[in-house]
Amino acid sequence: MGVTVIVTESLSKRFPRVTALDRLSVDIGPGVTGLVGANGAGKSTLIKILLGLSPATEGRAEVLGLDVATKGADIRERVGYMPEHDCLPPDVSATEFVVHMARMSGLPPTAARERTADTLRHVGLYEERYRPIGGYSTGMKQRVKLAQALVHDPQLVFLDEPTNGLDPVGRDEMLGLIRRIHTDFGISVLVTSHLLGELERTCDHVVVVDGGKLLRSSSTTDFTQTTTTLAIEVTDTDEHPDGTRAVRDALHARGVTVEDGSGLPGAGHILLLTAAGDETYDLVRDVIADLGLGLVRMEQRRHHISEVFKDNDAARKEAVGHGN
Amino acid sequence: MATEHPTATVPGDQTRIHNIGYRSYDGPRLGRAYARRSLYSQSLRGAYGLGRSAKSKVLPMLLFVVMCLPAGIMVAVAVATKANELPLDYTRYAIVLQAVISLYVASQAPQSVSRDLRFKTVPLYFSRPIETADYVRAKYAALASALFILTAAPLLVLYVGALLAELDFADQTEGFAQGLVSVALLSLLFAGLGLVVASVTPRRGFGIAAVIAVLTITYGAVSTLQAIADVQDSSGAVAWIGLFSPITLIDGVQSAFLGATSAFPGGAGPSNAEGVVYVLVTLGLIAGTYGLLMRRYKKVGL
Ligand SMILES: Nc1ncnc2c1ncn2[C@@H]1O[C@H](COP(=O)(O)OP(=O)(O)OP(=O)(O)O)[C@@H](O)[C@H]1O
Ligand SMILES: [Mg+2]
Repeated sequence: MGVTVIVTESLSKRFPRVTALDRLSVDIGPGVTGLVGANGAGKSTLIKILLGLSPATEGRAEVLGLDVATKGADIRERVGYMPEHDCLPPDVSATEFVVHMARMSGLPPTAARERTADTLRHVGLYEERYRPIGGYSTGMKQRVKLAQALVHDPQLVFLDEPTNGLDPVGRDEMLGLIRRIHTDFGISVLVTSHLLGELERTCDHVVVVDGGKLLRSSSTTDFTQTTTTLAIEVTDTDEHPDGTRAVRDALHARGVTVEDGSGLPGAGHILLLTAAGDETYDLVRDVIADLGLGLVRMEQRRHHISEVFKDNDAARKEAVGHGN
Repeated sequence: MATEHPTATVPGDQTRIHNIGYRSYDGPRLGRAYARRSLYSQSLRGAYGLGRSAKSKVLPMLLFVVMCLPAGIMVAVAVATKANELPLDYTRYAIVLQAVISLYVASQAPQSVSRDLRFKTVPLYFSRPIETADYVRAKYAALASALFILTAAPLLVLYVGALLAELDFADQTEGFAQGLVSVALLSLLFAGLGLVVASVTPRRGFGIAAVIAVLTITYGAVSTLQAIADVQDSSGAVAWIGLFSPITLIDGVQSAFLGATSAFPGGAGPSNAEGVVYVLVTLGLIAGTYGLLMRRYKKVGL
């Protein structure tokens, strides 16, 4: 595999009462990596150690080839950090704040201003950037936090729960932006979340931690290569007042098993089926065209990833139970 | 029954808006010392409300004007009446206007550090190349500089006015220089005390009240005790009591070594030997507040 961006070897962090990280060894390459774990799993603790701000109790770690124990300041010049908590003063504008943070990262005044204008535009803040941050919505504040992490064009960014507090649309936009940080900006990303599901579309690689221990580290294609679930949604017509049902029946008639997407948003209108390859897509298209319905959406859903998490979770609970 | 489904987002739609081509940065990265200087200049500007909301400019600017106005009036009078000396010594000016200075520290020290703590901007700074010591030094230097501007500006007005009134150049220059040394010490001392108090109170309101309390209660207590001691004819006690409030400390230092007349009751400033103690206590307090700030910020991790 390619270059290593983050590597930890048997990294532990013990507080007087809790072990936040327990002999964690991971090896993370370029791209977007998700760091997933429940509350208290040790995600933020790991980021603090990787920024060189909190010493590990044992083990070692390197970021961009620099040892976190001795090269903290060099690391912090090359990486960006978006904290999970609020960090924005309400009485200054986004522009003022991001320019200041750019200079705090070592950018000369002119470059700081130019990059601030660029970066705020990239995260989708326009006229409002001259208004005091205190009046911003949660979504806009998250964008300012993201902008200050990117403004100095780092090689790597740590995003601690960037989707926290966002509504579904804001969440999707934030995930889209995160994807672009790598594809368009060429910056590697380590993004944390306690929702495994939301990272599956965004990340190339997912590291799952629990109780400070590594549960699993693999690329998202590993997680999901076994099956691809196809979600489809169609319109109704006068001829077929329940278009969803009509499609299901037609697919059944051709020997394709279809589930209704119960439990998903828009359940009842969404059909899920297992894609066996290109022929499945052709079949769905033909069936819908024959019925004269409109296709609202057809998208891949990778369900497997959450099942992996659930399985592990169940296994861990069992283990804990036996241990006691 | 033609139901309208909420249209699903077209993939790529929301991202296209932002797609304006990313430019990477390969210019210089100026590192830790530059970051510290940037924090210093941002905090210094902030101490006069610059780069902040219009509302934040009102109080510091107003206090600055109030501080300089008497100097302007004195100068005008001196020039008009062709007086042969200024109505007030350079070293006396800050002592007389101490209430304005205290109000300024009380309002701007919390502004400088409590805000960063309250809005959790401090941890964000520490994700940059700077360290605890850089943060403390930048904040300390910025508030001390702001105070120096506040206290030295009226002295400059006096000095320029004195020269315009064609008072003795050597005399005036000496007095002005002594005044500058005195307000420099005062700025360091008041900045340190103000920042220490403010750094333990993330709520700005409490910070303001606490700083005012520290500066005025000590002064009130000290001057009352000094008055009592003076009435009882123990002028030795007057000098020692003066060690216990910031403004009387400065008064003691400057009347011992900077040619000032003491504002202590009976005009009895400390002797030279006592003056050495005053200087040591002043420098010790400045160093001590710096040490306390370092300890305070060591604990503020991410
Ligand atoms: N400074 C500290 N002192 C003592 N314990 C701490 C400290 N910081 C973190 N912990 C503990 O370490 C564990 C891991 O915390 P951490 O913040 O890394 O979790 P997390 O995965 O980021 O959780 P969340 O999703 O809630 O943000 C928790 O049990 C937490 O209480
Ligand atoms: Mg966390």
